Amino acid sequence: MRAIAEGLFTQDVPPRLIGGRNRHTGRIVFPCPENGDFEPHPLSSEGSLWSYTIQRFRPKSPPYEGPENFSPWALGYVALPGETIVEARLVNVAFEDLAIGMPLRFTLAALDDQAEQPRAIPAFEPVETAA
Amino acid sequence: MSDVCIIGVGIHPFGRTDGVEGIDQGVFAVREALRDAGVEWPDIQFAYGSSDAAGNPDTMVERLGLTGVQFINVRNGCAAGGSALFSAQMAIKSGDFDLGIAVGFDKHPRGAFDAKPAEYGLPDWYGEAGYMVTTQFFAMKIMRYMELHGISRDSLGRVAEKAFRNGAHAPHAWRREPIDLETILQAPMISDPYSKYMFCSPAEGGVALILASERKARELGCKPIRLKAATMRTRPPGSFEVFAPSIDIERGGTATALASAAAFEAAGIGPDEIDIAQLQDTEAGAEIMHMAENGFCADGEQEAWLAEGATAIDGRLPVNTDGGCIACGEPIGASGLRQVYENVIQLRGDAGARQVPGDPKTAYSHVYGAPGVSAVTILER
Repeated sequence: MRAIAEGLFTQDVPPRLIGGRNRHTGRIVFPCPENGDFEPHPLSSEGSLWSYTIQRFRPKSPPYEGPENFSPWALGYVALPGETIVEARLVNVAFEDLAIGMPLRFTLAALDDQAEQPRAIPAFEPVETAA
Repeated sequence: MSDVCIIGVGIHPFGRTDGVEGIDQGVFAVREALRDAGVEWPDIQFAYGSSDAAGNPDTMVERLGLTGVQFINVRNGCAAGGSALFSAQMAIKSGDFDLGIAVGFDKHPRGAFDAKPAEYGLPDWYGEAGYMVTTQFFAMKIMRYMELHGISRDSLGRVAEKAFRNGAHAPHAWRREPIDLETILQAPMISDPYSKYMFCSPAEGGVALILASERKARELGCKPIRLKAATMRTRPPGSFEVFAPSIDIERGGTATALASAAAFEAAGIGPDEIDIAQLQDTEAGAEIMHMAENGFCADGEQEAWLAEGATAIDGRLPVNTDGGCIACGEPIGASGLRQVYENVIQLRGDAGARQVPGDPKTAYSHVYGAPGVSAVTILER
């Protein structure tokens, strides 16, 4: 699956998100801004759910490029300790099981898994406590 | 220093007025305000006009009269109306002017505001992935606030229920039918925890306020409402704003808290001395969070306040007495000025069925919005 944009994910297996670290202040943001103040900084893959919601209607196209056939999806902000709080899709979890503070792990999700060439967007999924 | 006085107010009803341009709704409001103040357009020495999506306010001189008046257009995101009012009071405070006007109007297309990633300095993929949706931000902001401060979903419903109840008594409101709590809570979800009745919609409308120096107000024989404070602030580090792919771990303050503190300091009074408050209620949770951010209660106390009806018309601190944005809709350029209009009507005792009892003497208004801006006013009779 190709990435929705360049510069978002590392080449590692599994990949990590690429944030930006401010060369002067150390502040970490996502995505990495394309200016001289920031250098790419791979983000940690585990964090906890900071807040979330369910998108219940199909966002307007353009700019949305998800499937025509809409079904609601979850999104949230995930706190990566000591780094930043990133916005991402929440996958492999039932809506009613979402809870602020739950441990999550970075993964990739297809923006439209029916597409001929699905594109990957940043996502997080629950960390299996048994694993 | 002498006070800046509001001596006339005018409004074009909010909502949808097919066939009437935004600027004509602004002109309508100006004429109403002039009549209310008992002055004529040629008497007006200056104007500040705000509109986000309905054209250049200064072009209304064509309708009102080519008097050569100084007319300055203000665009300032969701604080546009508040910024026009701030600028107008500065003109009078400078001593160079005695009589001027702040006018705001807008006319937005139906549905959610249409935002493009590039306008916010964001990459295209952010929009393609489905994140240029303002309701997501509002929902995630309140979801965390509810978790941290013990606010229930019922409280969100109570805010909306109050908005529709108050709006029913405000002739300028858009939504004028009461809606019961159960219907609000059970309505289709837009973005959890918000159902469709818990959000305001983009709308249309116009508001004008005539401002005068104390000397001029006396000369005209008006019974003025005093503008004790008008402040506008932008966001501090670590705030949480719409369309953010990431937010800082180190959480910070808000534009609202800054604007509010500055306004209370300028007015020389505290939150406990305010009799009426109009607080930005883009959605039900915003009103709840803004009660605390503006210093009226501590985080979490809103739950008890709403259960007791403390923010109802006859409550301890009536909030959004005309139904706020939820009942009036949000024409960006006019929205902040509508709050001030409503406060003037309340302080004059002219609010009819929605009149706050007990002879209110002070009133507060607060706007907040993209891109992390806030404007506050404090009025005193």
